[in-house]
Amino acid sequence: MLAQFLQFLFSGVTVGATYALAALGFTLIYNASNVINFAQGEFIMLGGMLAVFFTMSGLPLPVALALAIIVPAIVGVLVEKLAIEPVKGAETVTLIIITIGASLVIRGLVQVWLGKNTHSLPAFSGDEPIHILGATLLPQSLWVLGVTALVVIALWYFFNRTLQGKAMLATSFNRTAAELVGINTSWVLFMSFAMSAALGALGGILVTPITLTSYDVGIMLGLKGFVAAVVGGLGNGLGAVVGGLLVGVLEAMGAGYISSSYKDAIPFVLILFILFFMPRGLFGGKSTDRV
Amino acid sequence: MKKSVFTGLYILIAILIVLPFVIPNAFYMDLAIRMAINAVIVLGLNLLIGFAGQISLGHAGFLGIGAYASAVLPTHFGWHPLLAMGAGAAATGLLAALVARPIFKLKGHYLAMATLGLGIIINIAIRNEAQWTGGPDGMPVPSLGLFGFDLTSDKHWYWVVALLLSISVWASLNLIDSPFGRALRALHGSEVASQVVGVDIVRYKVAIFVLSAVFASLMGSVTAHYVGFVTPNLADFFHSIELVTMVVIGGMASVYGSIVGAVLLTALPQALATFEGWETVAFGAILMLCMIFMPKGLVPTLAAKFGKGE
Repeated sequence: MLAQFLQFLFSGVTVGATYALAALGFTLIYNASNVINFAQGEFIMLGGMLAVFFTMSGLPLPVALALAIIVPAIVGVLVEKLAIEPVKGAETVTLIIITIGASLVIRGLVQVWLGKNTHSLPAFSGDEPIHILGATLLPQSLWVLGVTALVVIALWYFFNRTLQGKAMLATSFNRTAAELVGINTSWVLFMSFAMSAALGALGGILVTPITLTSYDVGIMLGLKGFVAAVVGGLGNGLGAVVGGLLVGVLEAMGAGYISSSYKDAIPFVLILFILFFMPRGLFGGKSTDRV
Repeated sequence: MKKSVFTGLYILIAILIVLPFVIPNAFYMDLAIRMAINAVIVLGLNLLIGFAGQISLGHAGFLGIGAYASAVLPTHFGWHPLLAMGAGAAATGLLAALVARPIFKLKGHYLAMATLGLGIIINIAIRNEAQWTGGPDGMPVPSLGLFGFDLTSDKHWYWVVALLLSISVWASLNLIDSPFGRALRALHGSEVASQVVGVDIVRYKVAIFVLSAVFASLMGSVTAHYVGFVTPNLADFFHSIELVTMVVIGGMASVYGSIVGAVLLTALPQALATFEGWETVAFGAILMLCMIFMPKGLVPTLAAKFGKGE
């Protein structure tokens, strides 16, 4: 019983960490621009696919992985510069369609260049499972959790202890006021797209040895990351991390104890319940409407 | 103003009457029928998105309920197709109302999230309940008998959907000019202000959401009977996006924009088929370019350019 429970918990937390990274990406961009970036999932896919592509083309693993983070970050910046900045202040639905268009372009290009096959990466430190109370844990899961934890700590430091981070926070609270005190808000927008694309790509790379990747995995991963961000209260960094882990664990438990064929539905059932009963998410603040 | 609004309807009816005589072959006939079906769905969705300012990313789910009601109920339970269609629409309306009440107290992205979730759940249910729905492979749909004869030929279908489209346009034009329509537009302008002048915003939003969901469900049934086969793709997330895109590209809050959007986006995949493998890239690029250069959509942008309001 306990062994089975632990097993589900391990796999849930591992996948949940990827959702958490994606949710942090949503949060960063939402805070900087009020845009929900539906291309977020494609950055996760891009990270995994590029890591596979670069390692297969013979680059040493650290170089390949670094490139697989840098290239998506550049793509993220391009999306922001070419598609989001020109339509500043457009209606929500217009922005949603633009990011969906961007996601189609990214997915389509990967499909054309790298094909429709499913790929895998070798695990970073072997496939020898670790036994804990009858359950097994892959070393790769430790990589996923460890790196996610480091990223969360680094982000906390960045937003609370550095001037740049504080400038980004200030912009998310009040753009006009931030501009008045001399913060370059278009730099903030630029940074938020670069960072969230890099976060997504990192998640995609880490989880690929466990879950495999192909050109079309981005849609579901992105949508679940979005669910995680909303569960935690849209715009709340801590909420995004907790939301991601929660979505991952509930999904794994649901798949294990209820029905594995309804696994993908579980995050969406969860989000409907949360929206019905605590409409601002778990950690969202109260908001008031301006006339 | 009023006169010019209905002029458009007369022109549309004239085009619809002439069209079957100039369409060269069955391929274009099929395309025209699918365009008209999509146009009716988009009209309904545009009432929600364009006039009430609410986003639904799960409308294909409602379409799927209608389509599968028309497939499953007659096949497995021997229901009359019209009864099945009505049952599908009623179920969709009920579900939409049930979900809408709590959701519409929220705004913007939360609503998009909730409708997206609902659509995905419906799609997953259709894919998994294979004993009823045929699962991912889909299932055949019995033909629709109307007043003693079976609707099978494309010609007959054309006249049915052309009639449905004309009625929907007429109904939409009237609805927009009714007190209900005015309330909706007020709501889009400023929710707080419309509340102050006595508009019950939650009730109006629920009503329009249910209406557009029922539109989608009914047209889902029509699609199922016309094609004679249903697959879960009808109800998937991408199809929901396509429908929203039709609204936005044609022009939000524009009745004729809805038709233009539906016509263009139904034809687009056919046109892009020549790109072999690059369809997705081209489709995405076109979406982005349209939104960047014409954020208000085609019809309102062109109307503004040529100096006459719709």
